[in-house]
Amino acid sequence: MARRSMPKQQPYSRTKPRPLHRVLPIRHHASSIPFLLLPAVCLVLSGCVRPEPPADLVIINGTEPESLDPATIVGIPEMRLTKALFEGLVRLDPTNAQPIPALAERWDVSPDGKVYTFHLRTNATWSTGEPITSADVAYSWLRALSPGTAGDYAGQLFYIKNAEAYYTGKIKDPAQVGIHALDAHTVRVELNDPLAFFLDLCTFPTLAVVPHQTIEKHDYRWLSVRPLPCSGAYELVAWRLNDKVRLRKNPHYWDAAHTQSDIIDILPTGSPNTALNLYETGVADIVWDKELVPSELLDVLTKRPDFHTWDYLGTYFNRFNVTRGPLTNELVRKAFALATDRERITRKITRGGEKPAFHFVPDGTANYQPPPGLPFDPEQGRRLLAQAGFPGGKSFPHLQYSFPSAASGAARLQGKIAVELQQMWRDGLGIEVELRQIERKVFYAAQSRLDYDISGSSWIGDYNDANTFLDLFTSNSGNNRTGWRNRRYDELIHQANRQLDLKRRAELFRQAETVLVAEEAPVAPIYFYAGFNYFDPRKITGIYQNILDEHPMQYIRKVKTQPISRIQYSVFSIQSRRAANN
Amino acid sequence: MTDPKLDPQSTSPAPHRSPLAPPPSLSPNQRAWRRFRRNRSAVLSAWVLAAVVLLVIAWPIGLKLASFAGPKGAAFSQASQPDKLSDDQFQPPSAKHWFGTDVHGRDLLSRVLYGAQISLLVGIVGAGVSLVIGVLWGAIAGYAGGRVDSVMMRFVDILYSLPSIIFVIVLITTLEGVLKNWLTAIGSPSLGKSARLLFLFIGLGAVSWLTMARIVRGQVLSLRQRPFVEASRALGAGPARILARHIIPNTLGVVIVYITLTVPAIILYESFLSYLGLGVQPPMASWGSLIAEGADQMNPIRIYWWLIAFPGGLLVVTLLALNFLGDGLRDAWDVRGES
Amino acid sequence: MYFLKRLLLIVPLLLVISLLAFVLVRVAPGGPFDRERKPASPEIERQLKAHYHLDEPVWKQYLRYLDGLVVHGDFGPSLKYRNHTVNDIIAQGLPVSMCLGMLAFGFAMGVGVPVGYFTAIRRGHWEDYSGSLFAVLMICIPGFVVGPLLVMFFAIKWQLLPVALWASPAHAILPTMALGLYFSGRIARLMREGMLNTLQAEFITTARAKGLSENAVLLKHAFRLAVLPVVSYSGPLLADLLTGSFVIESIFQIPGIGVFFVNSMLNRDHTMIVGLVVLYATLLVLLNLLVDLAYVLLDRRVKYD
Repeated sequence: MARRSMPKQQPYSRTKPRPLHRVLPIRHHASSIPFLLLPAVCLVLSGCVRPEPPADLVIINGTEPESLDPATIVGIPEMRLTKALFEGLVRLDPTNAQPIPALAERWDVSPDGKVYTFHLRTNATWSTGEPITSADVAYSWLRALSPGTAGDYAGQLFYIKNAEAYYTGKIKDPAQVGIHALDAHTVRVELNDPLAFFLDLCTFPTLAVVPHQTIEKHDYRWLSVRPLPCSGAYELVAWRLNDKVRLRKNPHYWDAAHTQSDIIDILPTGSPNTALNLYETGVADIVWDKELVPSELLDVLTKRPDFHTWDYLGTYFNRFNVTRGPLTNELVRKAFALATDRERITRKITRGGEKPAFHFVPDGTANYQPPPGLPFDPEQGRRLLAQAGFPGGKSFPHLQYSFPSAASGAARLQGKIAVELQQMWRDGLGIEVELRQIERKVFYAAQSRLDYDISGSSWIGDYNDANTFLDLFTSNSGNNRTGWRNRRYDELIHQANRQLDLKRRAELFRQAETVLVAEEAPVAPIYFYAGFNYFDPRKITGIYQNILDEHPMQYIRKVKTQPISRIQYSVFSIQSRRAANN
Repeated sequence: MTDPKLDPQSTSPAPHRSPLAPPPSLSPNQRAWRRFRRNRSAVLSAWVLAAVVLLVIAWPIGLKLASFAGPKGAAFSQASQPDKLSDDQFQPPSAKHWFGTDVHGRDLLSRVLYGAQISLLVGIVGAGVSLVIGVLWGAIAGYAGGRVDSVMMRFVDILYSLPSIIFVIVLITTLEGVLKNWLTAIGSPSLGKSARLLFLFIGLGAVSWLTMARIVRGQVLSLRQRPFVEASRALGAGPARILARHIIPNTLGVVIVYITLTVPAIILYESFLSYLGLGVQPPMASWGSLIAEGADQMNPIRIYWWLIAFPGGLLVVTLLALNFLGDGLRDAWDVRGES
Repeated sequence: MYFLKRLLLIVPLLLVISLLAFVLVRVAPGGPFDRERKPASPEIERQLKAHYHLDEPVWKQYLRYLDGLVVHGDFGPSLKYRNHTVNDIIAQGLPVSMCLGMLAFGFAMGVGVPVGYFTAIRRGHWEDYSGSLFAVLMICIPGFVVGPLLVMFFAIKWQLLPVALWASPAHAILPTMALGLYFSGRIARLMREGMLNTLQAEFITTARAKGLSENAVLLKHAFRLAVLPVVSYSGPLLADLLTGSFVIESIFQIPGIGVFFVNSMLNRDHTMIVGLVVLYATLLVLLNLLVDLAYVLLDRRVKYD
């Protein structure tokens, strides 16, 4: 091709506007029509989102629930939802998280503490009208224990006679399990040993009552049936993944007279900033998941009247793999614990008012006084390290501190805590520990295989009793994952759980915990979690703070008051949209 | 899949010269270089990139020198280490910390510049890996033709249909452990520390070679018909020699331009991985991880703007420069430009 | 005939892709049920795995899966959302992602094509510099920075638009912009390149020599060919857009299937991943076919055998 110089470009006329058909050659090119029509069609279609009546209450609950089947769920956001839908024999009082009657109006305990007889309410019915009987209770508990259900939390029921044998298949006949429906409204439960916290256990979602009529017909998809028979204060109207869960007041609930809000929308959110934005613009009334708080803003947020924080039943701690290298020596482990400046971590990194933890069971756990544990004393740590054969950290083998990766949310703090710990151990002990951020699933798999050196871990209590924390480290607990086995510890825990005398029990637990955190130290606690939620106390009533973060939805009500203008903030001034609308 | 895109230029014969034009005294490369120099934005971009690279190299050296320059210099050097934790959290830019500090009280300027090393390395090495794999694959497929071409390109199509995040996660989870053990075995634990980094170099390149392979194949398909290739074949050159000496060098124009566009893509992908928590390991920083941390800062209440503005700004400037440089290179070497 | 042949090739292609995805997700260590809080006894874990046939050899699992897919059209139960099947989840999320995707596509084309076109015909002038700067800027800023920036200004500071969620047409505006801006940059560059290439062609000079007005030259003749690179890019672009963007859907909390592409891999939700991969591959192949069809319509020189 002959190279020619480009003719001088004619500038297009700037005064005359170009007609559309010249700019976009629609006439000539049929293939470009779809480019233009489809978006228009879509815009129209997107407007055809079904209009729904607005909800009385909008709550941001955390990430999308994996399931709403009480027998299979594990996570806390799921448990909050299922507690609204499916009730058990006992529930927790919203003000102090103590067990109070639910489907069972009263119960008798045998003198040896091994037999509980629950008397069900005669007026309890499903949301679809059928009566709830003791056969439903027995069905639900046996289902939770059934191998076919494959529920993660079936272990909660292993305290019942023959329950574990039934689960593992040693016994095939469910009638041999210690759960019997004596008549239509009486359930008798036989335990292996007297259990001080059995009633707390009965509030757990695994033991909630589920509709056998729906499950038998629809198997694992029973939650998609509408109307879904619910035994709780609310029934399930809609469940759209990553969109919302809509609950409506269950008129057949035995306590329906006290249910405050008619329609509640639960929004799933993974990102703390999105949750904050939704709250600030008035779309959401409550945000209640401690993972959904932007940790950099905590120093500002904790000063606001609509931000609430309190002690929570959970601990963040370091696990040591006691089967590896220098960590087999408890002097080394204690040195690491002594060199950990918890106060610095809670002040600099977590910043939400969390309490530094020197022992494992959180302060405020019912009926329990924890022992003091190991303080922050790097000097003592260095002495122990020298005693163990590594004076000044010399010739200390290479160790890794591993923690799981996280895309968003408070889980990202683990990386920041790791950076601080690395520095503390470097300055305090002279030991260089390498940080390893491992992809989440690989991390948990590796931890189970004991393929780590030191790892960051957390544990949230299932019920308000020291046992939920301390039985983690018994020799055959699946959640031990440190390789630590101590006969004396196992014996103490076992003994404590057979005690009915609370004082004696607390004493035994205290001795056990001393072994755990002060003598052997397979774990080094770092801080106790704090619970967070956002709501305006002038507008929302019915939420009481308690250590279990238990807020039954039926008591929550949004008061429609005069709009109160929000406090101005330094970056942007924000006025509530809802205030403008009300 | 046939590639019906026709490029009018590629089937044209060699350019004629008018008998009145002065005899050519410059080689094609020199002419291209002149064209390049005339492209203002490309030259500016080249300077910007050079400045960034210079800064990135000079900063650690500067800090080292400062530590010998008396007590004040030593203090400055100490405080400016990218790994030095302090209690001065979230300080805005000041005389002591020009870019401010982050959550651990670490100097942000140092972290940005050290992070630049990682990001640029990841981008360049990753692009290099994708270059090697892509060029070889595309050249072999294009030159061999027929069955071999079909199978190789089918393979590319199949891999194209797989979302790359799957590969990346599989690679991270399987290879990283293996790499780490291997590196620790042959070197020392400190070499093992760079396993994640090494994986990022290789892994990101390994998910980016597909488009390169397609482009190279397209080029090779058209080059294959050219007379000089036929001549070479007639003289008895084997396929490997033809590929190495004639075909691949002629694809280099397109390839180099594509590299300058792949480097930004890889840097951005690394930033996406850091957003997911799968990027470089703490306490190391890369632009991607700094920006991912900074992106968390955008909220309505209080913004620590320096945490996102500085790393983000530097990233954008560098990527802009890379893109304009690539454009300039393409305009210069490709016959599309003006004479 | 050519297109029919290609349509038939889809089936073996999908088989290979599904097998590849099936194997890959099992190669990655860690399983769907590994988490911080493990079941108290290993028996429970074993039961869980047996329930979903994860303890069987891989080939057996694959055959079982194929049986479900081919015979019943069932992608299987999700391993993470255990009360839903993959079909449920896709049926809920795909329309939303498609809607957002089409809007973003329209936006990207509506912004990118004109910008590319004008920067090409006004090459060397300020329109070129500013347009090119805009286009390149759009592809250099990561999406998870653009999204929150847009939210900060439009939704929070100026309170013009909603912050997140997907409940009305107004909710679609910010996500469309956030998603479309990046691609508008790419399309602008492709358009510019195509336009510059085409303007060199012989037939353009011929048209000018024949005395056609500049407008007619540019629009009637040049544009048609110049838009070819954009058209060929549209195939993969639409496939990516229609299956949703992880970043945008996370930031704006949009109930599409984009988040599942990444999350199901991070959660090792085997069935979900394979289902999504098959969906994506099908879309990609079909769209590429459409693109090639469009080529035939646009460029009369192209013929397929």
